[in-house]
Amino acid sequence: MDNARDVIERVDDLLFQHDPGRLSTEEFLGARFDAGLAWVHFPEGLGGLGLPRELNAVVEERLVEAGAPAPDVSRNGIGLGMAAPTLLAFGTEEQQHRYLRPLFTCEEIWCQLFSEPGAGSDLAAVATRAVLDGDTWVVNGQKVWTSGAHNAQRAILVARTDAHVPKHAGLSYFVVDMSDPGLDVRPLRQITGEAEFNEVFLSGVRVPDADRIGAVGEGWKVATTTLNNERVAIGAGADREAGQIGLVARRWREEPELRTAAAHEELLHWWVEAEVTRIAGERLRQQMAAGQPGPESSAMKLAFAQQAQAITGFALELDPDAGLLYDDWTMVRSASASFLGRGPGFRYLRAKGNSIEGGTSEIMRNVIAERVLGLPAEHRPDKGVPFNEVPR
Amino acid sequence: MSDLLYSDVELSLRDSVRAALRRHAPQEATARLYDDPSAGSSAAWAPLARDLGLAGLLIGEDHGGAGASAREAAVVLEEIGRAVAPVPFLTSAVIATTALAAAGDETFLPSLATGDATAVLVLPWSARAGAWQAGVPGADIAPVAGALDADLFVVPLAGDNELELRGYSRDEVEMTALTSLDMSRQLAAVRTNGDGRLLLGGASATQAVNEALSCGQALLASEQYGIAAWCLETTVDYVKTRIQFARPIGSFQAIKHRLADLFLEVTQAGAVARYAADTRARGDADAATAQALAQAYCSDIAIRAAEEALQLHGGIGMTWEHPVHLYLKRAKADQLALGTPAAHRADLAELVDLPA
Repeated sequence: MDNARDVIERVDDLLFQHDPGRLSTEEFLGARFDAGLAWVHFPEGLGGLGLPRELNAVVEERLVEAGAPAPDVSRNGIGLGMAAPTLLAFGTEEQQHRYLRPLFTCEEIWCQLFSEPGAGSDLAAVATRAVLDGDTWVVNGQKVWTSGAHNAQRAILVARTDAHVPKHAGLSYFVVDMSDPGLDVRPLRQITGEAEFNEVFLSGVRVPDADRIGAVGEGWKVATTTLNNERVAIGAGADREAGQIGLVARRWREEPELRTAAAHEELLHWWVEAEVTRIAGERLRQQMAAGQPGPESSAMKLAFAQQAQAITGFALELDPDAGLLYDDWTMVRSASASFLGRGPGFRYLRAKGNSIEGGTSEIMRNVIAERVLGLPAEHRPDKGVPFNEVPR
Repeated sequence: MSDLLYSDVELSLRDSVRAALRRHAPQEATARLYDDPSAGSSAAWAPLARDLGLAGLLIGEDHGGAGASAREAAVVLEEIGRAVAPVPFLTSAVIATTALAAAGDETFLPSLATGDATAVLVLPWSARAGAWQAGVPGADIAPVAGALDADLFVVPLAGDNELELRGYSRDEVEMTALTSLDMSRQLAAVRTNGDGRLLLGGASATQAVNEALSCGQALLASEQYGIAAWCLETTVDYVKTRIQFARPIGSFQAIKHRLADLFLEVTQAGAVARYAADTRARGDADAATAQALAQAYCSDIAIRAAEEALQLHGGIGMTWEHPVHLYLKRAKADQLALGTPAAHRADLAELVDLPA
């Protein structure tokens, strides 16, 4: 394949001109962006080369071989996985040029101001209001479940710009500068003891109209694209035994004294489930790379959550005395999400969020039933009703 | 990593097999086998075996076959499962054919390739690779699948010193048809009469039988996926049209969520069955693991899909008239065939180093 050879040559050229051993991570990633090797399917000048998406794997493989640093997805997952594709799809050229490079180098960390206390699964019910004052939007409201808000320089925001139309039609999508004095970021402590998320209070936050993504009133369409990217990112698999099952399988091999007949049955059951989901995830990636629809990404997320919860619970039962202990209840504000780190007690508690974050398992089942299987939609009393007339 | 998608050639094979099964193996005819087993499988099988060349799909071109791989055979089995078709493709064109090929047979393969003859590996249908017992000459071997319409019987027999793989013709065996849970693959007791003809002996005979069973196990998963896919699709269609409480029952979340879960499981079954077929076709180092994994998973999903289909159809699902019972019976029999899911999990434990 000519494209693949061309891309490899470009990677080698990048490595030759910008020795990752001598440059800072930011400097090297900046050079990689400028060479069009950040996301090869993006246009030239915006971190890409306008080539097929699957060539990204070729780039990444070559860079890993060379020991080059990669952008830290655990710190900037929202930026890399959600903001970048949204900017590409809906941003103006000016916005794309301003935001994509520092996003890729992780000099600017992004967070997501979507969910609200009154708008969880029903995200289109957000009540945070943005009112135009000259060429600046003034935003007031409250957001919640914002991971990384305390480290972020930028945020993507969905706010209500018109309350006199049905809920989906009155939303707009913005980029917010997190240094705005109207923002108050407070840690939200979760059942694990740590605060991975935040509550964000917005009081008179000022957003230039130039930082609106997509048209006024089109925020739902823009946000939906972003959320679809999130589901694919969350559902994506990796190597065999890369997830929770790998941690349990290793303990099983290393500590024969933990083995019982009943535990063996359960271990094998979950090993099969995890491996089958991994293979189905691999097929989903092949379908998407071949340009075929992959309606099962919502289903993959469902499977991932079920397994993570069951396997982390099983891991505690496997070693009861250790399972009764916990590594540390100190409230820390973590910089990144970790499903596999820390002790088994932490992993068990953290996994409880997997069936809630990024779309609850119940919503995932609705999505599969309605959009994939074509079953009739739920009864929606707020359909077609202006947002300000819907009981809340 | 494996190619888990379908090639254009495979998709066109699927279309032809689906059309042929619709014409030659309608569900009503399969249902009639429960009351009149004598109808047998030949009416459905002959056109597929000969006209579509399915009998010789896995046989090399030098013996008059198509020289295709496990990937294409898997596509055929998906359709056979979907149609709950009473044809001996798995028992003859996959399992017995693989045994004969592994035994270096030159005599029988050409007539199998044309569909003029049908063969069967004579072992209890619950046997799996590495866990089966050879028959004893003159004693019943049961329950055997695919024997009733077979012309050639490939029989692993305990010889004086070593295993012998012997070939018998129809008039050299005694056969009793057995009333079976799944009459779309009716079972029989088979007893050899005389010495037949020695095909292979010793360790290589054992290896040929294991090879044949392995191939059957890897590909049975695709039949099970086909059963599950039919059950899911049929049930989704049904709940869209069945009205109770003045609305389609498919608008109730209790039903939507069950079908969403089933969609996930059936989708995963399709992926892992494909993985087993592809690793088998390429002789991949992971083929044995893939086969045990696919069997452990797809066996149970086929039954779950059939049981969910029955429940979500309500009363009509419990009737003889509705075809879902054909799928339930086939799914349950397929679960017990070629090793139970628990047995495959035990194989897996060894293969991936998770000892008991």
